[in-house]
Amino acid sequence: MTARKLRIWYLVHKWTSLVSTVFLLLLCLTGLPLIFHEEIEHYFEPHPELRALTADSPRIDYDKVVAGVLATWPGEVVRFVGFDPDSPLGVVFTATSLTPPPIEGHSQPFDTRTGELFPPAEPDDGFMNLMLRLHTDLFMGLPGYLFLGFMGLLLVASLVSGVVVYTPFMRKLDFATVRTGRSARLKWLDLHNVLGMVTLTWVLVVGVTGVINTLALPIFGLWQSDQLADMTAPYKDAPPLERLGSLHKALEAARQAAPDMEPSFVAFPGTQFSSQHHYAVFMRGTTPLTARLLKPALVDAVTGELTDIREMPLYVKTLLISQPLHFGDYGGLPLKIIWTLLDVISIVVLGSGLYLWIRRRNRPMPKHLVELNANRSSVEGRA
Amino acid sequence: MRRGLWMIFRWPVVLAVVSLFGLLSALIGDGVFDVLSWLGLGVPLGLLGVVWLRLRRANRLNSIRETEGK
Repeated sequence: MTARKLRIWYLVHKWTSLVSTVFLLLLCLTGLPLIFHEEIEHYFEPHPELRALTADSPRIDYDKVVAGVLATWPGEVVRFVGFDPDSPLGVVFTATSLTPPPIEGHSQPFDTRTGELFPPAEPDDGFMNLMLRLHTDLFMGLPGYLFLGFMGLLLVASLVSGVVVYTPFMRKLDFATVRTGRSARLKWLDLHNVLGMVTLTWVLVVGVTGVINTLALPIFGLWQSDQLADMTAPYKDAPPLERLGSLHKALEAARQAAPDMEPSFVAFPGTQFSSQHHYAVFMRGTTPLTARLLKPALVDAVTGELTDIREMPLYVKTLLISQPLHFGDYGGLPLKIIWTLLDVISIVVLGSGLYLWIRRRNRPMPKHLVELNANRSSVEGRA
Repeated sequence: MRRGLWMIFRWPVVLAVVSLFGLLSALIGDGVFDVLSWLGLGVPLGLLGVVWLRLRRANRLNSIRETEGK
């Protein structure tokens, strides 16, 4: 590599890192509790206790569930009905309007076997919500998402340039060597190199999938105006709904159309994931992979008949696969612990990078790199 | 000895492949696929554990040398 190229790669590594480090540290720190958000939420707000089924337990009627919830919250409308993949538990989400913000509403759990309603969950505006907002949009909505997405792109540039700049240091060193005898700076340089290199793949995957996740709003907007509009085209000029038909029938129709799948959630007519005239039943498969690849079944909200069922387009599938790869929630508790350890190591890499820059030598780094790379002098160790 | 790119990057490449396998395995299935995923992503962590142990030993040796030198 020419001296000029090496110098440019070094500057890329330096500046992309310097600009993004503070935000990446924030993401690493707020991400730590978010890895365990299910466990934490479950601990502070345990699931309602499910009664054992008996011979005369009632069978669920989803229309009664919806009617029961709406009777409890007059003036509100149902937006979504969600299903827990691990237990026979569903949640009805209501709000004062179909298209928030602001989201003022309730989420009321129910037993998906009997239809028994449980007391509504407390709205979450505590610590975990603070972590989530700091991790995703910095309380700024779409601009916040896109800003943090840009920081993720800087991270990717910093990783790639970091690998290039790593090369000259290793011309004379064995992999994973940490030189302890000389200066603290040299020790931390070696640690920065080995920790960064060993965790590279994980950081790259979590970084890139994080960037994709910041595009969730535009991606679903695109799906709505593209595939969803296409699927519901015959209803374009239909008069607005006066009364919603049976949700129970809609779920049955969706289950029939995708017999080897389970409903994940239902978007009610008029919400952002459906048309004005359909229940959109999002079906999920049963393996970790297919459970993420939701398949929407659109059911006429008056007649309860299936209108269309299609696979998501590639750009939505990419987003749906990026979610588990970013969250680390697809391989049990051990995977979450691995996620935590790798996150902590990333914090050390970020911190040591900052330390190396603050304690930088007077001698220009690019010149030093070129010398190391060319093996011209014996200044190895003066990093 | 000046090392070539292959000598420098052979271990990082192995680690990248093993990590990627770990990342994808748990997506494919449950049970044994989860275990393979933990093992795959555990390899880089285990290696860092070795680095940490070596570092501790070196620190101990250095401090012994210092006290003997005095």
